[in-house]
Amino acid sequence: MLFEQVLQQIINGLMLGSIYISVAVAFTLAIGILNFLNFTIPALYMLAGMVGWSLSQYGVPFGLSGPINWAFALFIGIICAILASLLVERFTYRYFKMKHGDATEHAIPLVSSLGFLLIFEYIILIAHGSDTRGFSTAFSNLDWRIGGFIISIPQLLSLVFSILIVAGLSVLLKRSKVGRALRAIAENPDAATIMGIDVDRIVPIVFILIGFLCGISAAIFAINYHEVSPYMGDHVGTKAIAAMVIGGLGSVWGAIAGGLIVGLSETLSIYFFGASSAQITVWGLLLVLLVFRPTGLFGHNAIGKGKF
Amino acid sequence: MSGYLSGVLAILGINIIFAYSIYITAATGQLNLGGAGFQAIGAYACALLSNELGLPIYLTLVFSAILGGAISFLIAFPVLRTKGVYMVLATFAIAEIVAGIILNTDYLGGPTGMIVNAYIETEVVLVVAVIIVILGFYIMSTRIGLAMRAVHDDEAVADLMGVDKRAIQVGAFTIGGAIAGLSGGLYALYFGFIEAQYFNANISIFVLLYVLIGGTQTAWGPLVGASFFTLIPEALRIGDDWRFFIFGVIIVIMMIFRPEGIVTRDALERVWRQLFSGKRNV
Repeated sequence: MLFEQVLQQIINGLMLGSIYISVAVAFTLAIGILNFLNFTIPALYMLAGMVGWSLSQYGVPFGLSGPINWAFALFIGIICAILASLLVERFTYRYFKMKHGDATEHAIPLVSSLGFLLIFEYIILIAHGSDTRGFSTAFSNLDWRIGGFIISIPQLLSLVFSILIVAGLSVLLKRSKVGRALRAIAENPDAATIMGIDVDRIVPIVFILIGFLCGISAAIFAINYHEVSPYMGDHVGTKAIAAMVIGGLGSVWGAIAGGLIVGLSETLSIYFFGASSAQITVWGLLLVLLVFRPTGLFGHNAIGKGKF
Repeated sequence: MSGYLSGVLAILGINIIFAYSIYITAATGQLNLGGAGFQAIGAYACALLSNELGLPIYLTLVFSAILGGAISFLIAFPVLRTKGVYMVLATFAIAEIVAGIILNTDYLGGPTGMIVNAYIETEVVLVVAVIIVILGFYIMSTRIGLAMRAVHDDEAVADLMGVDKRAIQVGAFTIGGAIAGLSGGLYALYFGFIEAQYFNANISIFVLLYVLIGGTQTAWGPLVGASFFTLIPEALRIGDDWRFFIFGVIIVIMMIFRPEGIVTRDALERVWRQLFSGKRNV
């Protein structure tokens, strides 16, 4: 019986991990390509969920329309996350390259992304308060029982879906022309410019991808767990950072492995040691890994070691 | 002194002390995103020593600084093996682990928090804050401060010039941890109640922002940054949500126009020159 319960927990952990995967990939893209620890990602994730909820509950602000269908509302939420991400690009990354004659210049995008994190979070808090909101979608309770195990179908679909998106992304990075340009920028932005890559036009693509991944992940979360809250980004964001580091900074497949490992260790430690132990397990794992294998499981040696 | 004013001044004092703890590490080019963890260690050490052993207040504060320093000294060796983003995330992980351990320990009150019996007045906080500010300026004016600046500006060159890079970094991290522990002790004694949820990631982020917005080049930075972000919202008297929204906007604008922080070496020199023009040929 114990064995079966543990197996059920493993299934739940993998499902939870699927939420972390897309967000962890968003983090790892920002670090791997732009060397930018983008702290707005949790806020973008929350923005997509809360905008979707608000539209499906109240419709467009200022009474321009009635409540919108949940699927369309979530779609608009994802668009909002992408637009917000582009706004972040305009005010953070573009200032990366400005020289100020001191080594602290690389903290600029990091610090202003923290500023944007506050701006987005508190806009939502001012508009909707801090309560957790129920979000009803068409899929209310679809569980699939095989041999005594419960697998939620939306969760299974979302796991497959996130892995498909990430696999597509990985192919895009390897094969397409844009992907090659992105990898060139990751290697050396100056050399990429010399080789004729228009860095200012390619970089926004990364931010569009970041917004898209956060939005998709938030939509999957809303469909699976039927709730959104202004703080939903903090929980997922910190776990996704852990997932990214465990997988290795800049590695897309590492982020998938990391997401699943974090999801698994979280549910298993809750099952064995109680609800508040997950924090110690996940971050302890990360710290031990950082000390003994500072590049993560699949990380590249050179990424993220630059000075701030 | 009115109750409101003394409350604001106490928070200001604690924030300034906390900002100097992060500043000492940042002055060597290391960003510490785990300030809340070290503050929590100091706060709980202070609370336990005064509740269980009944030690006098000044002794508990000294011990909370020593414990904060000792733990960060031990942690410094593994953490300083990591660099850049990894270092930021490692310190972040430490704060999360400290909060997790406190939440899971019944002896420390777990999630319900802990009441502290001893109590201090605002004046004590302010006196300690003044001492820490003077200490910060003193450290930065010594050869150690010069070495810290050298490591901050270019690690490799500092190493070549004979600066013991590792000793400077570990030392700065330890002093930072001790000062953070002290600020936690003061927090516990002033407010009389501590809980793990207070020492969360937001606190670490805010204090790092005070320092970076104030400027890491001179010892004025944390003083100006912490005062600016504690006093401006009080002066504007706006709701909590709007306060943080405006805080975010100010940060983004600051990073565009003054990315080195409010106080920079250049700006200070210019002010100095204007004040003493004629007396000095610069």
